[in-house]
Amino acid sequence: MDFSVAFNAARDALPYMLGGVVWTAGLIIGAMLLGLALGVPLSVLQVYGPKPVRRAVSLYVWLFRGIPILVQLYIFYFGILSWLSTLPGLTSLGLDSPFVAAVLVLGLTSSAYQSQIFRGAIQSLPPGQLKAARALGMTDAQAIRTIILPQALRLSIPAWSNEYSILLKDSALAFTIGVVEIMARMRAIASTTHEPVSMAFLAGIIFFVLTWVGVKALALLENKVRIAGYTRQGAA
Amino acid sequence: MSTPYLEFLRAELAPGLMEGLWVSVLVIVPSALLGVLIGLTAGVLRVYGPTPVRKITEAYVSLFRGTPLVVQVFFWYFALPYIKIAGWSLVLDPIEASILAFGMCSGAYQSEYIRGGLNSIKRGQIRAALALGMTTRQAVLNIVLPQAFRRALPGCGNEIIYLIKYSSLASIITVNELTGTATTIAKNTWRNIEVFCTLGVYYLVLVTLAGWILHLIEDALSVPGFERPRT
Amino acid sequence: MPDLTAAASAETAPSDAILEARGLFKTLGGNRVLDSVDLSIGRGRVKVLIGPSGAGKSTLLQCLNFLMPPDSGHILLEGREVDKRSKKELCAFRQQVGMIFQDFNLFDHLSALENVRVALIKVKGLSKLEATERAVAELARVGLKDKATLYPANLSGGQKQRVAIARALAMDPKVMLLDEPTSALDPELIGEVLAVIRDLAQGGMTMIMATHQISFSASLADEFLFMDKGRVVEHGSPAELLGRGSSSRTQAFCAKISELTGEAGDGAAGECRL
Repeated sequence: MDFSVAFNAARDALPYMLGGVVWTAGLIIGAMLLGLALGVPLSVLQVYGPKPVRRAVSLYVWLFRGIPILVQLYIFYFGILSWLSTLPGLTSLGLDSPFVAAVLVLGLTSSAYQSQIFRGAIQSLPPGQLKAARALGMTDAQAIRTIILPQALRLSIPAWSNEYSILLKDSALAFTIGVVEIMARMRAIASTTHEPVSMAFLAGIIFFVLTWVGVKALALLENKVRIAGYTRQGAA
Repeated sequence: MSTPYLEFLRAELAPGLMEGLWVSVLVIVPSALLGVLIGLTAGVLRVYGPTPVRKITEAYVSLFRGTPLVVQVFFWYFALPYIKIAGWSLVLDPIEASILAFGMCSGAYQSEYIRGGLNSIKRGQIRAALALGMTTRQAVLNIVLPQAFRRALPGCGNEIIYLIKYSSLASIITVNELTGTATTIAKNTWRNIEVFCTLGVYYLVLVTLAGWILHLIEDALSVPGFERPRT
Repeated sequence: MPDLTAAASAETAPSDAILEARGLFKTLGGNRVLDSVDLSIGRGRVKVLIGPSGAGKSTLLQCLNFLMPPDSGHILLEGREVDKRSKKELCAFRQQVGMIFQDFNLFDHLSALENVRVALIKVKGLSKLEATERAVAELARVGLKDKATLYPANLSGGQKQRVAIARALAMDPKVMLLDEPTSALDPELIGEVLAVIRDLAQGGMTMIMATHQISFSASLADEFLFMDKGRVVEHGSPAELLGRGSSSRTQAFCAKISELTGEAGDGAAGECRL
């Protein structure tokens, strides 16, 4: 194969491919925030909730961790959301957009994984923390909000960075329902230029850089919110 | 209206998915074996290999862990035929490409667990084995591997469970496994919600079953100090 | 001519030396940790290595069975030089030299019984039944017959070290090397291990032991070797080195140790005044 041809093709494709980064970033940010917003309450319910609630959370986690992302994308995009958007009064909400479906699927799945990260962090805290807060006259809700979660969330950042890189890779599947992120653009341009090798490498490099940037950013965050001497016990 | 769900399931969906299931198994089993084999080799090389070999293995692992699996699948199926070496190129059929892609990617993740398992064994135990007159080979076979295997098992097993889920990506390159079959049925019948939710149940059953078998194996091999972590 | 043969035979076949080391040198990370060490031990003798940490005691013991190959020097078992390049010979040699480690190094995935048995089966080629019988006997000897099915995770430090001793004994070693066998133990667990070691010595086992248990080892050692900076700087019977009026470095070192460990009251200081 001719390397200069491959290189030129990759160079020409770069701006178009980088346009996909916006979509990929949107997917990941949306999914991580949704996952966080749902994951935190889920973890609290799974640790402190009454038994039926704990069961329900476990079921939720089992469902979203057990069904492949690809299948979930089909269920939501081709199934549930396209049906919902035909209902009267919901047509104008844009529920049938591939981007919405992808953020929803990635976010719900991430919430299942994130809830387990937070649960582990909460359970690793010494039980005396909650007792001490109660002894000060706090309600359980206050204790969880002001004592438990600030500690648990700090401990969760390393695992969060792992979750980020998983989401980044899973987000590439959104091309199957038509989100024009990096993978979708790579496929399109590979078939028009007949240069799939250089395009695959280009996409790989972009994903690689995104992984690196995100992991570095989360390490910075971890440093910023660090409290001296505060590390997860038994962490390697 | 069309036939009720149960009738649809019995007459059309279940038989179709059953065929797809066999294709899925045909993809998953060789991929898992390939993944474990590559993971073992790469893991051992990363711990015991000479520095240049270690560096190369590390590069392989970070490359395959750092890029989306779907990009890798695309590469093996669509791009590989374009790479010509001395006029030769390798063209894989969709199933072969899937197995190669899943195996190579899974192997990169597996090697992490193997490496962790090997590193978890204190050097002192190898010295003790040598001091008893064992050869290095005997020490590795009788002392290092049985322990590394137990330590690595939960991670490696989980990786196989991931592989079951990600085998659905084979449908993207036209393999008619579970997901591919379901997509076809959905297109022909327009019963998307029912078809894809049923498909989800199939994966849930597969994944749960695999997790259950994994726990059985872990418990069977469990000795004090090597218990399965309770979640 | 007669002179030469006499000299030669004295060199290569000293009357009763089981294990002999000649001119051992070892450099680790630019530091000379063994500097021309000679050592010879006769059947049934007990030699004790003492000295500050970093003196080379542990290195010497590990060089003696090639767990750490010396840079130069010779090691002879019963007058025959061990060829460390021959793997087969090395393994055969190590079977005859038992090693006890500071941190036990039990095989974590094997029960106490299996720990003692594994080398009998894999190295000595005994049948499972024979190996089990032997292993049970060795565990009984160290007082752990009833713990045979327990795994290292469920044994105390003292019990682990006794299993390690049983594991070494099962190989019928001609000499045992003990590398600070009680240093990693909680104080209340040291006694049970020392008792086993005392039994061994009284049973005629040849031993080279590095330890900080001065009073204990003074009571059973034939010779103390005081090491510093990779050399054996003093050697002699405990009585000579620690006896009244001795101004040896060994004496000074032991006094310091007993002060630090509080062993003084009944133990070391008492025996330092042998």
